[in-house]
Formats: sequence, structure tokens, C-alpha cells
Amino acid sequence: MRYLRRKLVFYLIAVWAAVTLNFLIPKLMKGNPVDAILAKTQNMTPMSADARHALEVQFGVTHDPIWKQYLQYLGNLAHGRLGLSVSYYPAPVSKVIEQSLPWTVALVGTATILAVLIGVGLGMLAGWRRGTWPDALIPSTTFLAAIPYFWLALVLLYLFGGLLHWLPLNSGYDVDTTAIGFNGPFIGSALYHGILPALSIVVASIAGWMLGMRNMMVSTMAEDYVVTAEAKGLRPARVMLQYAARNAVLPSVAGFAISLGFVVSGSIATEIVFSYPGVGTTLVAAVSNADYPLMQGLFLVIALSVLGANFIVDLLYAVIDPRTRQAA
Amino acid sequence: MTIETQADVTGETVPVVVPRTRRPGWRGLLRSGKLRAGLGIVLFFALAGLIGPLFVHDPERVSDDQLFGPSAAHLLGTTNTGQDVFKLLVVSSRGSLTVGLVTGVLATLISIVIGVVGAYVGNRWDEGLSLFSNVFLVLPGLPLVILVTDYLGSRGAAMIAVIIALTSWAGPARVLRAQTMSVRGRDYVDAARVSGEPAWRIIGFEVLPNLLPIIAAQFIFAVLGGILTEAALAFLGLGGSGSWGTMLYFAQNAQALSLGAWWWFVPPGLCIAVLGAGLALINFSLDELINPRLRVPRDKANRPATAGTP
Repeated sequence: MRYLRRKLVFYLIAVWAAVTLNFLIPKLMKGNPVDAILAKTQNMTPMSADARHALEVQFGVTHDPIWKQYLQYLGNLAHGRLGLSVSYYPAPVSKVIEQSLPWTVALVGTATILAVLIGVGLGMLAGWRRGTWPDALIPSTTFLAAIPYFWLALVLLYLFGGLLHWLPLNSGYDVDTTAIGFNGPFIGSALYHGILPALSIVVASIAGWMLGMRNMMVSTMAEDYVVTAEAKGLRPARVMLQYAARNAVLPSVAGFAISLGFVVSGSIATEIVFSYPGVGTTLVAAVSNADYPLMQGLFLVIALSVLGANFIVDLLYAVIDPRTRQAA
Repeated sequence: MTIETQADVTGETVPVVVPRTRRPGWRGLLRSGKLRAGLGIVLFFALAGLIGPLFVHDPERVSDDQLFGPSAAHLLGTTNTGQDVFKLLVVSSRGSLTVGLVTGVLATLISIVIGVVGAYVGNRWDEGLSLFSNVFLVLPGLPLVILVTDYLGSRGAAMIAVIIALTSWAGPARVLRAQTMSVRGRDYVDAARVSGEPAWRIIGFEVLPNLLPIIAAQFIFAVLGGILTEAALAFLGLGGSGSWGTMLYFAQNAQALSLGAWWWFVPPGLCIAVLGAGLALINFSLDELINPRLRVPRDKANRPATAGTP
């Protein structure tokens, strides 16, 4: 139980850090969103004090002391109020995020799970039988791991979309013939459009999982309990899965945070390549439109999603590694 | 066979049996094919970035040869404004490498200060600093970098490198912390402390030399991370420091993909991937230096599990 409590405290602190960072960065860098918008739009005509005040009220800019602004910001967050989007004006930021988030969660979620399963599986085989074909693949994974996600996406898109015409060139679903909703044609179309983006994320991220698992597997194979299990004459499959892999997989699970950060970062540019209607495309659009409230909201949602996913993995860790429960 | 200690997943120090393999010295390491390949690749790109731009005349020059495929006149074809892709590639290598190098140095320095010093001093400092780095570790990097670069308004190469370094030191710091914890408890460090050596001297002369292979590995990863992040930023139109990512950005904006101009967008990414593979290959050999179990025994049929039993 202490493990759980410690993790909970840690994630609460991490959430607080993300929220506060999100509040502080704009405050430290520039005056306020109104100034920023005026600077970006290069508004040459001088603005009347009234018009400026109206803008300030709309975007929640006040001249209160900073602690008061901070409390206001926290209060707004607690009510789910993220302000108004500039580029989708007058839509609230939360509405815009609501539309893009499911796309990214589905895409990145599926791709990550696939990459973990395949990568850890191959890494297990490579470590189990060193010198055989899966192990011979290991040095080539260095090349795969170094490929920029979005470039791989470009190349795959060129091959399968441009040259072979097997898969669609862009977007998340067929905009002309289907409507978003829980219906067969839309889901089919979304899956069909998701193949290439998911494939590029899986291929680009699989190498890291594979290498980590293979190295841990090699280390675990030298442990006494594996030797004992072999000496007892257990079936090789049982030794591999129940004795070696089960222990070797722990660091991969513990290292999930780092990998997920990479995948999320990588998927932002991947979404741009495919014009995928997810969080990444929205974030880049927000940046180019100087939509500061939307940028802040998106960063917060991305950070909180990554934290949430990691929290779940940490809970899982307590289940698969009894030592964490006992040691705590 | 030797008995060593190693921190296991719960952070406890456990004795492990290490199969007898000769620890390769730095010279022995050079005989490894992986390391030589890696060093060769990295050296090639380093030279290209260092002296290549001196031999390339006027890479930005536009001409009427628009979107030509690779030919003798233009080794890698031309862009939509008639610029020579090969020349751009050579000149851009400098931008990418500079950002990678600066990021690597900065991120490594920060991670040494936070990871090593925190773990050595211990107690509250350690707890505070490791909480700090763990929080940074779970915050997604690229979105944060995008936010900061945009608010700063500066998109120069140096600024980008600093921002990337400030968001990417946490992983290495955690690795260094774990290793420092294990070095800190060793006898010779205790001996130095008892004989009254100042803390900075113990860290500098007793602890750091033992962490050198790990620091080197983390540095290489940081360089690679810097190059990849910069490429992504530039590709999104947020970097613009004249790098391979910038080339990809212009290619994407000019619809190189639908125009079928593969010679425009394939080479920059391939350069990143090959350079990255070179860096990773060096790390691969460093890993084998750090962790003796990963060294492949000469006899391939001889698995380490059996080789290690008495």
C-alpha cells in the first residue's frame, strides 16, 4: 500500500508541476496573449483602450497580482475552463481539444501497444537464442531507432500512397463519403486511413523495446534461478516465458515513461505528414495561428495524458512485480 | 568467474555472477566491427559538416533546372526553385550536427550536476533532485519545446539547442544517479572520504572516472536526441536553423511528395538515420564494455547461462 501512496503523491506533484509550468511559461516569456496576438497579426493601427480592454476580458487577461492570477487559473482548470480559442473563435479550447483527442489516443495507443508486444516478443527471442536470426537483427535495429518518425512516415506514404495507391494519402477518414459517428462506413474508413500512420509509429518505435528486452533477457539468462529451472528439466518454453522473460520485462515496463514521451513527440510530426485530425496537427496549427490559449490547453492535455498512462503502468508494475509491494 | 554487485530493479544491491569474459580495453574495443563502423560513419558526417560547406559554392542559388531528378549535373537532383539538393544536404549537415553537439554537451553537463552530485550528497538533496528529474522525465518533451520556442520567439540554432537540452537531461540524470549510488558505497570512495578529501575532489577523481563509459553513452544518446528533436522542430516550421529538418520542411511545403520528387525528401532523413545508426553502434559497443554479460562469447553455441556455471 505504501508503494501505491508514494506513486500517488509523485503523480500529484507531477501534475502540479505540469499545470504550474503551463501557467508560468507564458507569464515569464511575454506580457499576455493580447500583446502576443497583436504582435503576431502586426496590427499597425493603434488600438483604442476600450477595444483592448474588451479583448483582455475575453481572453481572461487581468492585472491582478500573480498569485491571484494563479489561483484564478487553477479555479478555471478545476471547472474545465481552458479559455477561448483564437483560431476557432468563439469556440472554447476544451471543445477543440475534445474533437482532436480521440484520434490521437486511438492512433498512438494502438501503435504503442502493438510496438510493445512485437518489440518485447522479438527481443525475448533474440536474447533467448543468441546468435540466431532474431539476434542477428539487433544491430540493424540501431538504424530503425535513429529514423525520424515523420521521415519514415513520408517515405511510407510515398511508397504505399503515392506509388502503389494502396492506401490513402491523407486525413483520418474519408471526408466526402462518411460522417463522424458510430457507424460501419466511418469506422472502416478510419481504420483504413489509420493503417499507414500506425505502421510508421510502430516501425519507428519497435527497435527501442526490442533492444532493451534483448539486453535484459541476456542478463537474466545468467541468473541462478534460470539455470536451476533448466537443470530441473522444465520445458524450454516454460523457462523462457515464466522464468526469464517475466523478470527481464520489468525494466521495459519501468521505462515506459521515457518511451511514451518519445512516441507522443514523434507522433506530432507524423500527424502533420498525414494531415491526421489529431492533437499534433491541432497543436502545430495553433502555433502558426498564434492561438496561445489553445496551445496551453493542448500542452496540458498531452502532459496529463502521458502522466495518466504512466500512472496506470506503475499500478500494473505492482501487480507483475511482487517485490514492489513487499519492499514498500 | 567474478562476483560483482549490481543494482536490481528495486534499487537493492545484489551480487551477480559474471561469466568469465575478457574485459576489452579501449584498444581491444577498437577491434570490434560495430565500433569501427559507428566511428567511421560519425567521422564521415563530422568531416562533411566541418569542411564540406567550404567546397560547396552558393548552395542557395536558384536556377531554371526545377525539380530535376538525379543526374550527373545535379547528383541528387534539384528542388522546386532549382537549388541543388546535394549542395543543400552538405551545407545542412553543419546545422544539424551543431545543434546535436551543443545539445549533447549541455544535457550531459546538466545531468552530471543533477544526477551525480545529488546522489553523492544524498539525503534531502538527493530526494529533491531525483523527484525533480523524475517529474521532468514524465513531461512530454517535444510539446514543451514547441511551447517554449514559440513563446521565446527566437528560432536560432543556439537557442533551439539550449531549449532541447533543458528538456532532455532527465533520463541521463536518472541513469547517472543510479550508478553513482552504487559507486558511492565502494571502499575506495569511503577511504578517500575518511582521509579527508573534499567532496568535489572525490566526485571529480574517484566517482566520475568510473562513470565515464556511462556518461559517454548518455552523451551519444543526447546528441542523437538533439538531432532528432531539432529535425522534428524544423520540419514543423519551428526551427529554421538551416538543417536537414529545414530541408524536409521545404520539401513538405512544396508538395515534393505528390510531385514524386523523392530525391528531395529521402536524402536528408536518410542522413539522419545513418548518422543516428552510427552513433547507436558506438553506444552498442560501449554497452558491451559496461555490461560484461552482453559480450558475445567467441563460441556462439555456448550460451552465457551455461558458460557462467562452475
